Amino acid sequence: MSALKIKKGSSSHSAYELRDPNADIVEKHTLAVIVDNEAGVLARVIGLFSGRGYNIESLTVAEIDHTGHRSRITVVTTGTPAVIEQIKAQLGRIVPVHEVHDLTVEGPSVERELALFKVAGKGDQRVEALRLADIFRANVVDSTLKSFVFEITGTPEKIDAFADLMRPLGLEEVARTGVAALARGKK
Amino acid sequence: MARQMTGAKMVVQALKDQGVDTVFGYPGGAVLPIYDEIFQQNDIRHILVRHEQGAVHAAEGYARSTGKPGVVLVTSGPGATNAVTGLTDALMDSIPIIVLTGQVPTFMIGTDGFQEADTIGITRPCTKHNWLVKETDKLADTIHQAFHVAKSGRPGPVLVDIPKDVQFATGRYVEPKAARVSHYQPQVKGTIEAITDLVAAIEKAERPVFYTGGGVINSGPEASRLLRELVDSTGFPITSTLMGLGAYPASGKGWIGMLGMHGLYEANMAMHDCDLMINIGARFDDRITGRLDAFSPGSKKAHVDIDPSSINKVIHVDIPIIGDVGNVLGDLVNVWKSRGRKTNAEAVAKWWKQIEEWKTIDCLSFTNSEKLIKPQFALQRLEALTKKYDRYICTEVGQHQMWAAQYLTFEDPNRWMTSGGLGTMGYGFPASIGVQMAHPDALVINVAGEASWLMNMQEMGTAMQYRLPVKQFILNNERLGMVRQWQELLHGERYSQSWSESLPDFVKLAEAFGAKGIICKDPADLDDAIMEMLNYDGPVIFDCLVEKHENCFPMIPSGKPHNEMLLGNASTKGAIQAGGAVLV
Repeated sequence: MSALKIKKGSSSHSAYELRDPNADIVEKHTLAVIVDNEAGVLARVIGLFSGRGYNIESLTVAEIDHTGHRSRITVVTTGTPAVIEQIKAQLGRIVPVHEVHDLTVEGPSVERELALFKVAGKGDQRVEALRLADIFRANVVDSTLKSFVFEITGTPEKIDAFADLMRPLGLEEVARTGVAALARGKK
Repeated sequence: MARQMTGAKMVVQALKDQGVDTVFGYPGGAVLPIYDEIFQQNDIRHILVRHEQGAVHAAEGYARSTGKPGVVLVTSGPGATNAVTGLTDALMDSIPIIVLTGQVPTFMIGTDGFQEADTIGITRPCTKHNWLVKETDKLADTIHQAFHVAKSGRPGPVLVDIPKDVQFATGRYVEPKAARVSHYQPQVKGTIEAITDLVAAIEKAERPVFYTGGGVINSGPEASRLLRELVDSTGFPITSTLMGLGAYPASGKGWIGMLGMHGLYEANMAMHDCDLMINIGARFDDRITGRLDAFSPGSKKAHVDIDPSSINKVIHVDIPIIGDVGNVLGDLVNVWKSRGRKTNAEAVAKWWKQIEEWKTIDCLSFTNSEKLIKPQFALQRLEALTKKYDRYICTEVGQHQMWAAQYLTFEDPNRWMTSGGLGTMGYGFPASIGVQMAHPDALVINVAGEASWLMNMQEMGTAMQYRLPVKQFILNNERLGMVRQWQELLHGERYSQSWSESLPDFVKLAEAFGAKGIICKDPADLDDAIMEMLNYDGPVIFDCLVEKHENCFPMIPSGKPHNEMLLGNASTKGAIQAGGAVLV
């Protein structure tokens, strides 16, 4: 209707507000989610992220208490402060979720990731790869005359740095576990 | 006491122990053992619907009108997938529903068996929680947990998927009180500091408004009672969302009408201009807020909600209070009283003067016709002729739904059943069946549009079979009215696919089912026709032929703030210079 003076293509054609309500700065947060170790619990957590349009940068999950049937999900996510708060509240609503901790804001924490790198090469490249692995305290866990498999643990940034160095030296394959994280100090 | 019984028997026993008297369902291969147990008892009444979607909406109607959870029993595969719309509807509107689905035997799961579907996977995002029960020993415990989760905290739908071999096998039955429910205990009590902050704001407020929602009704009758006490003793104005109608009576002195996209002018203006907004059990839905950055710009906002994820989801609030509405209201009233029942009465009186001025706009006025029935007029007459009854109103979704919310009045909670969040066409008719089951002697009316009503018209069979005298009041404009209205306003009057062609003769349709059909097209006959509907002891389809091109006003166009409403007739009075005038 011309009387409404609505420009074609404007969000006023929609039932919804299409502009981004949060133009705030995007932050990266590491969340630890303690859940019942039951079928489908990981799907509930992942489904929440995909269904509501949240990001997952990294996700790890494993049982941490066999008798208590508890698993720990460590998820690294990004979003504006409002979105991060919403993610935590939404996680807390899932019935088999017992605790949600934001390790990024609840005081200092340690983060570690384990990665395996397959590097193939010969001659100087091979020697250089070994030398750099030594600097990064990576272990050789498999070796052939043409390749190494290095095992490295550290922060995601350290592993990124190691990957950058290995790439020109014949990096063939990478396997990363994703982040495991704990708060520092006594509980 | 642990008792041994088959899984199928356990289902029926668990329902009995949970106090269930009515189950809405449809049998099929994967639930035959449970239906066999239902056959052999008389405590639980099973209502055979004609489509599983109808079963879930009927259970929603039952739940909304009683405050008790609704129970549904359907088979695997298509039985479960047909329940998905109802589950999503109940999730959006926080209605406690327990859906029990059959499943192929455990050893067949994953083989693409006949009528197999990944029910848990499909319904995970549309339930509050769901369970696949693989051992009979865990069945009773799981059903009791399901009731606990559905009713606790923010209510919602849950689903228990029961493979057929689990129904046949024998296991240990546990009583409800022995079930493991300890870890899911949402916070119900608000922190006293936040409540005191709100009381301090109430004492100072110059332009306060209560903005209440379905949470008040979900919290139970005590919450409505406390709300009335608080509103009446503070003398503050109160508006409500679509879902919250009836929590505060329309005849109450604080009532300023429904707010939102099709809310009343005075309610939306009060929301925009207030200095203290007290949100109780509502969730700042996009139909309420309009344009977010222009939503009530100058107000301090308090928000009472049992769901922490509702707080600061779309609107940042200054005083968040997480807790059950009834519980928080109780504390709020006590703290306010103990501090001397103070309000800024002088300023509030001035505020009321402003609101009264807005009321003079008379935003619900419309040009009546002597030749054609205006839909608003039809609802005004329905209101006048049924007001004396303790009536229950259901609706479908669309223009008629908004007109019903505007022109009908509600004095008590649990009398208004409508699909608010999901906006499910086809909700109202089966919901009216559920309401009538729960209140056999009450007047139950479904205000419908012809297009919505056709979506679940098969439930005429159910209404007839159980002699449920539900009145289907169809405002028939031969259009998808709300779609048509948006096309007129926003899409250059290109009416793409928004008319109802090849409609049935509703009178003959009623007669084909053995019900009564009434057609009315002359405003002069309307009262007599409505009385004929009310006086008939049985289901009635009332085909009310109304003006085809009527638009629903007031309307906040999307992307606009509350103070830029379009009005229908009212704009001709010069109150608003918006494009509303040319729309009439």
